Amino acid sequence: MSERKPLRRRRGTRAFVLAATLGLLAVVYAGFAPATRSLAENTEQITQGKDLFATNCASCHGLGGEGLAEEGVPALTNVGAAAVEFQVSTGRMPAPNTVSQPVPRENTFTADEVAAMAAYVASLGTGPGIPNEDQYLPSGLTAEEIAEGGELFRTNCSACHNFKGSGGALPNGVTAPNLQETSPQHVWEAMRTGPGQMPVFASGAIPDADVKKIVAYLEQVNAQPSAGFNLGGLGPVSEGLWAWIAGIGVLVLFAIWITTKGARA
Amino acid sequence: MSELDVRDAATPPEPAATPVPDPGLEEHVERYTDVDDRASRATYRQIVAMLGAVPVLVVAFVVVYFAVPISAEFALFGTTWKAQHVLLGGTVGLAILLIGMALIQWARLVMSDVEMSEERHPAQTGPEARAVLAADTKAGVEESGIKRRALIGSGVAGGLGLLVVPALLALGDLGPWPTDAVRAKTIEKTIWAEGIRLVNDVNYLPLKASELVVGQLVNAEPENLQALHGSEYQIAKAKAAIIVVRMDPNSIRIPDSRKDWQVDGILCYSKICTHVGCPISLWEQQSHHLLCPCHQSTFDLGNSGVVVFGPAARSLPQLPITTDADGYLVARSDFTVPVGPSFFERDSSKDFKDGDN
Repeated sequence: MSERKPLRRRRGTRAFVLAATLGLLAVVYAGFAPATRSLAENTEQITQGKDLFATNCASCHGLGGEGLAEEGVPALTNVGAAAVEFQVSTGRMPAPNTVSQPVPRENTFTADEVAAMAAYVASLGTGPGIPNEDQYLPSGLTAEEIAEGGELFRTNCSACHNFKGSGGALPNGVTAPNLQETSPQHVWEAMRTGPGQMPVFASGAIPDADVKKIVAYLEQVNAQPSAGFNLGGLGPVSEGLWAWIAGIGVLVLFAIWITTKGARA
Repeated sequence: MSELDVRDAATPPEPAATPVPDPGLEEHVERYTDVDDRASRATYRQIVAMLGAVPVLVVAFVVVYFAVPISAEFALFGTTWKAQHVLLGGTVGLAILLIGMALIQWARLVMSDVEMSEERHPAQTGPEARAVLAADTKAGVEESGIKRRALIGSGVAGGLGLLVVPALLALGDLGPWPTDAVRAKTIEKTIWAEGIRLVNDVNYLPLKASELVVGQLVNAEPENLQALHGSEYQIAKAKAAIIVVRMDPNSIRIPDSRKDWQVDGILCYSKICTHVGCPISLWEQQSHHLLCPCHQSTFDLGNSGVVVFGPAARSLPQLPITTDADGYLVARSDFTVPVGPSFFERDSSKDFKDGDN
């Protein structure tokens, strides 16, 4: 009896250690597991997304998302969920035609419907997923980091979107949109998926930490007050237009007044 | 005898010779201010009032300068305005405008407006005056002794002429003479060389070929740029800046001579426009066109960077790249042609032309 006691105690300890480890694993798994949906729920969401896709997207993109290259309609087989979230929730898609650039309009889908379509398109292949907030929302950045965001913005983005993110004109009637109203999530998604003519800015060159700096720079630039009319914040083009039309117009009026003859003439 | 009295009696042209007869002076109409005393006094008061407002505005400027805080704002026309800026500009601007308007009113309504005509006299000096000048000059030369002591004149001319030498020698320091050897070491060379990694601009992350996706654009620099500082850094960066793009190899044309300049559709070009040297990164991923914002020169990166639109005359130089043992993108050599805008001595025979293979 006296010899078995320690053994039993050891067994009890072992059982406790095993249970504790399993419990800890469960807690860790719950903390790290991204999706709480079961497989059945996911399948159901993809099925719902497939139905929505068939009614709203397939007329141009094809039932399997294969696209229509001769019409310039891209294949959606490897664009990922982020592209769908960006295009649909900003109201760019469904586009009214395949000719002109899709512009932001009112999004008539619910968040669940967008998520379902995104899940379906994501199931067609690879591509960036919908990001978490900690991938794009900047917090607690130092002034140096925000300044570096400005440097990254001016190097990579300002060629099309202007130094303040006010957007600009591109060839063939295409425009780069104004970024002052664009949400940080959509900035992230646009950089990772490259909508339309915009190139992809993937994480290999610009990691999420740098996207946050860029978002913080945009937020800071937009928060700065502008005294008087900023004339679109487009730089010399719009300022020059006003200088020529309004400024020189007033000078012309003065010249007319100076050269009119005095009384009775 | 004064010059004014010496005039050639040039005869005016015959009236019949002019296509339009001389209409003479317009009939003079007197202004209200000339005939109406009340109007005259009203104009006078107007001008004095405008000039009298100027000191008031200047005092207001000084008061605003010290009294209005720089942060004060007000809202008008749907935007905010800095009170101090608007008031400082408004007061001094209005003061200058009032001075100008008062002067104009003075000239228009108070000064005499009777038109007068004055006949021109010939511009040439009279013959007598010219004869006097010639005689004076001749006498002066005689008195200076330069005719008898001729070496003084030669010495002055030679001495002054030789002073050009120090000036020319100093001007030579403005820069090296652009001989072939000097150009090959400066404007025809960048810090790219075999094995130098391509890194993203600003954050200097090395680029792994497997991490670049189709449609991606990277504004990149050579890794050895980090070691440079100051003007050396600026000069190196201005020439070595590149853009790296990845395109679907089936959607682009790669000539046989450049088959091994790229890695699975990852191509690398100079970022400096061949027109006047603006940095370009406006790339359209669907059309593969790269547009320069300065003068709209457009290059087709899917066709070895040939010009498809705009004033640029030469293709964008392509940098031959490959991958190193770790899969990172590295240069295979420097650019094969000088990057950036044209210069007089540039040999443009090696540039890629559309249709080359």
